[in-house]
Amino acid sequence: MGPALARLFRGNPALVAGATILGALALAALLGPLLVDPVAAQVGSVPPRRPPSAAHWLGTDAQGRDVLTVMALATPQTLKIGLVAGLISLTVGVTLGLVAGFLGGLVDTVVRTASDVMMTIPGVAILVLVAANVRSMTVDLMAVIVAGLSWMVAARAIRAQTLSVRERGYVQVARLNGLGGLRLVFVEVLPNLLPYIAASFVIAVGQAMLATIGLEALGLGPQTELTLGMTIFWAQFYGAVIRGMWWWWGPPILALALIFVGLLLTSAGLDRVSNKRLGGP
Amino acid sequence: MYLDYVIRRFGIMVLIFALAVTINFALPRLSPGDPVEQQLSQLMASSGGQVGDVRAMVESYRQRFGLDQPVWRQYLDYWAMVLSLDLGFSLANYPERVGESIAGAMPWTLGLLGMATLISFAAGTLLGGLLAWPRAPRWLGWFAAPFMVLSAIPYFLIGVILLFLGAIVYRIFPAGGGFPFELTPRADWATVSGILWHATLPALSIVLAQIGAWAIGMRGMLVSVLGEDHIVLAEAKGLTQRRIFLWYAVRNALLPQLTKLALTLGHLVSGAILVEVIFSYPGMGYRLYQAIQSKDYFVVQGIVLILSLSIAVTMFILDLLYPLIDPRITNRRN
Repeated sequence: MGPALARLFRGNPALVAGATILGALALAALLGPLLVDPVAAQVGSVPPRRPPSAAHWLGTDAQGRDVLTVMALATPQTLKIGLVAGLISLTVGVTLGLVAGFLGGLVDTVVRTASDVMMTIPGVAILVLVAANVRSMTVDLMAVIVAGLSWMVAARAIRAQTLSVRERGYVQVARLNGLGGLRLVFVEVLPNLLPYIAASFVIAVGQAMLATIGLEALGLGPQTELTLGMTIFWAQFYGAVIRGMWWWWGPPILALALIFVGLLLTSAGLDRVSNKRLGGP
Repeated sequence: MYLDYVIRRFGIMVLIFALAVTINFALPRLSPGDPVEQQLSQLMASSGGQVGDVRAMVESYRQRFGLDQPVWRQYLDYWAMVLSLDLGFSLANYPERVGESIAGAMPWTLGLLGMATLISFAAGTLLGGLLAWPRAPRWLGWFAAPFMVLSAIPYFLIGVILLFLGAIVYRIFPAGGGFPFELTPRADWATVSGILWHATLPALSIVLAQIGAWAIGMRGMLVSVLGEDHIVLAEAKGLTQRRIFLWYAVRNALLPQLTKLALTLGHLVSGAILVEVIFSYPGMGYRLYQAIQSKDYFVVQGIVLILSLSIAVTMFILDLLYPLIDPRITNRRN
């Protein structure tokens, strides 16, 4: 495992940089909540509207919350939405892509048309309708809703690769040996798609997080929970930008920007790996 | 062959529209409780009961929904309503119709999104093409790197930073709105420059975020075009580098970029909506935000419907244009 992993990263600076950024953020998200006192994230617990100081490293917001504490508690929540939504949409997308690519025919047409149609409709618009009909939004519900609109990229990518893998020699041989149906898909086809599945997962997480912070910025996020998107929403809601309170909206934007850049670099790096393995362009 | 293709594309457009209408129809009915009463009581709670004659509104809406009818009948009626472009009344500004409200906001969004997309598409495609061109200067790579990073970041986050820098720290641009308050719109230079002045920062946030994405796509495409035989032939013929670049390489790499434009249209619109919110720009996105804040459900529904419809139509138009640029497309089955 060790040498294989080293080989994966060697000569792939994008993957190294992406994995480093995401790893550092994940570490911060894991340790952050242990190092801060959650009381300081409650409304009115500290004097409001203070710029960064020794007592409050990232200042305090207009509702009397310590921004550093809010960041420490919000980052894991946002990452959780992204990961859970990414996993759900990956599972749905890979299943549909495999089935469509392997069976072909009517199933393929239905899956392809469905993903084309879903990709065209502006995701945020549909999410707005769903979210507007939900009584109270939570982080978990948010992940499920967002996943419903980000499975298409994985489905399309896996379908295309299944189509090409299906015709390879070793799959044909396995088929001639009497291996059929599900076993053929899971034993012969699926393992060879792993690099693509990994790349699709990164893209799915990115899309899910994009949709999430979009909903949150419109005010449809979990109002009573702390996430990076909700922090930006409250900052915008209370006019933090106009009032020059950069320490309030700056940190969540920086954190989100790092997450998205990390995801982009990782996905670019994984792209190189899978192209090398399967001999793509 | 072309007819086949057109019919298939038209079918996709109809499907998208049907799906959007069906979702619009189904969602409020799937959620528990009476949709009309729920929406109106939420509205009452948030505005302290000052919404006009509520009982008359409940009655009129229940009739509109036809909640005593069987579901298939309600569904058909809903379609009839949508097709006659009757989207009902705004709950928050009662006598105003949803259609009027959207019509007032639409030109702003179209202008902002259209301009920003055109500029970034042209600039990004050119940049990406030059990046793949072996004879391009070295500094170009360094110049392009920041755009690649920005392309990963959602537009409206860039918008917040631009708003802070351009309107608060350096007070160059207005902090919000689409038009100077003190002016009445007329067809003169003051009006046009006022509109452009207000649109600069929102447009810039979209452009900065998009250039990198277009450049990445174009670079990849041009690299593979440059390996083809017709480029070698053009060089052997002794054509100028400029001519080879523009007419032999870029032209052939352009089509996938246009396809990508159609595919990312939904993404573009979603992004632009949020940029409008940050800049209080009076387009559909800001109207949507206001409607969500004031729980004006019918406006929310109407905007979602119009957005989906206009994207479906735009896709269809783009699809009709492709074969004129590249005749191979009608022959491709997949």
